[in-house]
Amino acid sequence: MSTHNIHLQINDRPHDASVEGRLTLCDFLRGNAGYTGVHVGCEHGVCGACTVMVDGLAVRSCLMLAVQADGCSVTTVEGLSTGDGPLHPVQQTLREEHGLQCGFCTPGVCMTLAALTQGEQKPSSETLINAMSGHICRCTGYQGIRRAALRLAGEAVAPVEDHG
Amino acid sequence: MKPAPFDYYAPATIEEACGLLAEAGGGATILAGGQTLMPLLALRMSQPFLLVDINRIAALKGVSRANGHTRIGPVTRQNEAIADTTLGSAQPLLVTAVKHVGHHQTRNRGTIGGSIALGEPAAELPATSVALGASVEVRSARRGKRRIAAEELYIGPYATALEFDELVTDILVPEWPTGTRWMFKELAQRPGDFALVGLTGAITVQDGKVTKAGLAWFGMGPTPIKARQAEAALLGQSIDQVDHAAIAELAIADTAPFDDHHATSEYRRTVGRRMFARALRETLEARA
Repeated sequence: MSTHNIHLQINDRPHDASVEGRLTLCDFLRGNAGYTGVHVGCEHGVCGACTVMVDGLAVRSCLMLAVQADGCSVTTVEGLSTGDGPLHPVQQTLREEHGLQCGFCTPGVCMTLAALTQGEQKPSSETLINAMSGHICRCTGYQGIRRAALRLAGEAVAPVEDHG
Repeated sequence: MKPAPFDYYAPATIEEACGLLAEAGGGATILAGGQTLMPLLALRMSQPFLLVDINRIAALKGVSRANGHTRIGPVTRQNEAIADTTLGSAQPLLVTAVKHVGHHQTRNRGTIGGSIALGEPAAELPATSVALGASVEVRSARRGKRRIAAEELYIGPYATALEFDELVTDILVPEWPTGTRWMFKELAQRPGDFALVGLTGAITVQDGKVTKAGLAWFGMGPTPIKARQAEAALLGQSIDQVDHAAIAELAIADTAPFDDHHATSEYRRTVGRRMFARALRETLEARA
């Protein structure tokens, strides 16, 4: 069993740690680094709840070892917006479109949408909807998530009727 | 579950990686994109004592063209392959196939070589390699280099002709002649799932006649399956006189589908027959 010293950026902060070879990135982010916004669902790459950004790309953090993130820049949902400040546009859109209920899958969904809409990218609605196939949500029936994804691609969607 | 303990190395060179594999005497597993291996480790279906991570070997990445072949470094990520304009113009069928592999998030890590070397019988890339006549170049510390045709690589589900000490260093895909048309169809339960029935291939048409054909099934047997009889029957035929249903029947004759909890073998044959006939008609009727 080997242990390794790693140095990485997590949400723009430098982080040094000594990790076992077998430690997954999601367990490292939660247990060692304290970023519990990374949700661990299936632990074998099916559900998408643990999705984070590694060097700007959305990846499943249960399918990567912590040691492999040495030298990388990792962003978790905690890195999208700060404290009581405004929500990230992806989070705000999911909120407005009721794209979540229990919230377990939400950090993963946010990270995929954030990765695909960052910077100058102008993803098509097809790109965003297809990318959502990498996430399982057991609450919403996906319609709210779908509307949010369409809006983030610049499409107009009919407002949700408010029964509240 | 969590992976069982193992030693981990991330060598910087091919030589170092091959040395580690040879030394481990079969107890090592190669970690490429990890999108299949990591679940196997987490479920403890795989418990190597050494993991050789090849992700930091620069020589295993990238796409280039030379001598009528496209060379793909095995650690090229699936999403990198989709975005690669060289690959897009030289190997459009391969790029179409890669778009069907897993999900956006897994394609950001998953590699071309990992999928080809794993040999999942219902996966897109092994079958597409077989259809296009691709080969892999492998290296071992003791025996040096050898080249294996994709057709000879696959022995059974997840079983390949690769020895424990061999590392895939190059994937070589021949470039097909002008006038080649591509066909790709897949039936899966959801986008990103493995195929229940899949078909991939290339047909070269010159002066209205078929001059070359490479066709393969995925999800239709223990390995990717080359539709040899259908290929042979197509050669020399005028494209407006092809009996699509008859060729589909020949293609189905080469398959050996199985029953599982998603579909029966009979279902797979029925769907495959129609899928093949339709794909063939669409491909031959398409304007060049």
